[in-house]
Amino acid sequence: MDVKDIIKPENLVYKKSRLMSDNVFNFCPGCGHGVAVRTIAEVIEEMGIENDVIGISPVGCSVFLYDFYKFDVVEAAHGRACAVATGIKRVQPDKFVFTYQGDGDLAAIGTGETMHACNRGENIVIVFINNGIYGMTGGQMAPTTLEGMKTTTCPRGRDVKTMGYPLAITPLLAQLPGTYYVTRQSVQTPAAVRKTKKALRQAFENQKNKKGTSIVEIVSNCNSGWGMSPTAANKWMEENMFAKYPLGDMKVDGQLVINNVYEKK
Amino acid sequence: MAKVVGAISVDIERCKGCELCVNTCNQGVIGMSSKVNSKGYHYAMMVKPEACVGCTNCGIICPDGVISVYRTKVEE
Amino acid sequence: MEKRELRLMKGNEALAEAAIRAGADAYFGYPITPQTEVIEYLFETDCTARTGMAVLQAESEVSAINMVYGCAATGHRVLTSTSSPGFSLMAEGISYIAGAELPCLLINVSRGGPGLGTIQPSQADYFQTVKGCGHGDYKLLTLAPSSVQEMADFVALGFDLAFKYRNPVCILSDGSLGQMMEKVYLPEQRPRLTEYPDWATNGTPKGKERRFITSLNLLPQQHELVNIRLQEKYRRMEQEEVRYETIMCDDAEYVIVAFGIIARIAQKSVELLRAKGIKVGLFRPITLYPFPMNQITELAENPRIKGFTSVELNAGQMIEDIRLAVEGRKPVGFFGRLGGMVPTPEEIENAIIKQFDL
Repeated sequence: MDVKDIIKPENLVYKKSRLMSDNVFNFCPGCGHGVAVRTIAEVIEEMGIENDVIGISPVGCSVFLYDFYKFDVVEAAHGRACAVATGIKRVQPDKFVFTYQGDGDLAAIGTGETMHACNRGENIVIVFINNGIYGMTGGQMAPTTLEGMKTTTCPRGRDVKTMGYPLAITPLLAQLPGTYYVTRQSVQTPAAVRKTKKALRQAFENQKNKKGTSIVEIVSNCNSGWGMSPTAANKWMEENMFAKYPLGDMKVDGQLVINNVYEKK
Repeated sequence: MAKVVGAISVDIERCKGCELCVNTCNQGVIGMSSKVNSKGYHYAMMVKPEACVGCTNCGIICPDGVISVYRTKVEE
Repeated sequence: MEKRELRLMKGNEALAEAAIRAGADAYFGYPITPQTEVIEYLFETDCTARTGMAVLQAESEVSAINMVYGCAATGHRVLTSTSSPGFSLMAEGISYIAGAELPCLLINVSRGGPGLGTIQPSQADYFQTVKGCGHGDYKLLTLAPSSVQEMADFVALGFDLAFKYRNPVCILSDGSLGQMMEKVYLPEQRPRLTEYPDWATNGTPKGKERRFITSLNLLPQQHELVNIRLQEKYRRMEQEEVRYETIMCDDAEYVIVAFGIIARIAQKSVELLRAKGIKVGLFRPITLYPFPMNQITELAENPRIKGFTSVELNAGQMIEDIRLAVEGRKPVGFFGRLGGMVPTPEEIENAIIKQFDL
C-alpha cells in the first residue's frame, strides 16, 4: 500500500493536541520539557476541562508556556507559582489550576511557596520538571544538581561540602499531610510518557475531587546544559539522575508509599 | 489475513533534528534527511516506510509534536 | 451623610471592615506590627461566612503579594496590608502587578525604618511608595488617609481606582492611624463582583479567545509599547485623580504642607500660630501620587504666600515634590521627626516661627 493511501484523515491515530498553539517551542532540540508540556495538554483535552483550567508559567525554560497553550495561563514571578496558584484557587475553587515549574523555581527560590502550598493541601496540581540544572539562564547549578555534576557555576563538579547536597524535595513534600498524591516520573521513552500521562490524569482527577495537592515530578534531560545529545542525555539521566531520584509513586491516595521514597542504595 | 500498516507525516519546518524519534522507533522506519529545513536542522523522515506499523511511539516521544501518525489495515 | 452605622474603631479594624463592605473577594497577608489587626479582624469577624470573602495568612509577604497577583489575574477584588519591611518584600510582586496591569489594593501601615527599625509611626516610605518601590517605570496611585474615617473610606475608593486604571493602588497610612481609635461612619455593604473583566484569566468560556496574563515581553519594540501604555495611564491619573484638602489657605501667608497623621497635628499648629496673628494655612495632599503639583504651583505664584514648610515623619521626602511644584518661586523649608518620634503641635509651631523668623 502506498504511503499516500495511508496518510488520510480517517487513518490518523496520533497528532499534537489541539490545545497546543502553532508557536514553535523555545525548548532546545530533544528537551523533555516539550514532551511534558504536550502531555499536559493531552490530559486537559481528554478531560475536556480546557475552558476551566488556568496554567501557571513561572520563570525558567517554562516561561513561555502561555505562548504554547490555547487555554488560560498566568505568568508568575520566579519561585512564586504556588502562591499565584493559591491566589487563583482560593477565589475559584471549581477551576483547575496547575503550576509547571523547574527545579530552580520549585526547590530553590520557591521552596517556601512550594512547601507551604503543599502544607495547606492547596487543591492544585504541581508539575515539577527536575533536570538538575538551570536551563533558561544557560546551565547553572540547581538544588537538584548531582554531586560531582558539572555546570557553569560548579565547573569542576558540585562540591557538596561548599555547595550543598542534591535536594530530593518531593519525598519531603510527600510527608506533609496536605499532599495527596506525589509521584516521580520521566518522559524519555514512550512507555515512560504513557506512565507520566496516567500520573497527570490522576493528579487532575484528584484536583477535581478536591483531594489536596498532587505533585507529578518529571525527571528530565537538559541537552544544552549537560552538553550531550538528546539520546546520550537520556541515557546519562537513566544511569545517574534515576539513582538519586528513583522513579515511582511516593504517596498515593494520601498514604506514603515508603518503599522507594528514598534513594536506592 | 489483515495486516496493519502505518505511516507518519513530519512538520519538516518545525523539526529540530533531535533524533529521539529515530532512536525510539524499533522498526528502523525513521532516519534523518540529508537536507535541512529553513532553520538549518536535518529533519526526520521515513527511510523505511514499509516497516511502519503506526505504533505512535515516535509521535509521543517527539518533544515538539511535529509527527502525526496514521494507521490502517490492509488485506495481504 | 445617609444613615450609616457609626462605630468607635481602630484604624486597622476600620480597614478590614471596610474591605468586607467594599465587596472584597480575597485578602492575603502576613502578620507584622503595627497592622496585624487587619488580618485578625477578618478572621475574628469571619468574613468568609459574611460574604464568602477568602482570607489567608501566607508564609511570607513575598508569597502574600504573589497570591494577590494570582487572584488579581482572575479579575476579583483582592487586597493585602503590611508594614514597611513587609512592603519592601512585596516590591517585586508589586512591580509584576503593575507590569501585568492588574488591579489590587495595597495597604502600608508604615513604621520607622530603615531595617527592623521601630513599630512607631513613620512616613519614611513616601519615596518607596510614590517613586516606585519595585523595578521599572511604574507608579502606585497612592491615597494618604489622615483619620480612621478616611482609612475606611479609601478602601472602596482604592478598589474602584485600581479597576479603573488596571493598576495597583496603595493606601499609605502609618502606625498611629492604624492603632488609634476614632468614630467612623461605616459604608454600606456592597455586593462582591459576579462579572469579571474580559481580560481576566478565570477559565475562558467556550468559543472565546483564551486569555493570558504576563508582564514578559522579550521584544523591546513590544515592551516599549507596553511601557508607553503605562505612562499614558499615569498621565491620565495625574489629570483626573489628584485629591487634596486646604485649611485656611485663602488668606494664608505661610503654608504648611503635610499629609496623614501629621496633617492632623499641623491643624493645631495652624490654630496656635493664628492665635499669635501669624497667618498660616495647611495644604494636605490626599493623593501622594498623583501629587497635587499644579495646586501647589498656584499657591506659590500667589504674591501673598511667603513660603512653605514641609512637615513629615522622615528626613525630608515629600519636600522634594513640593520644591518641584514651587520651582524656586518661594522658599520651601522642612521640619521632620525620625525614628518613630511624633512632633507636638508646638514643635511644628516653633519650626515655622524659626524658619521665617516671625
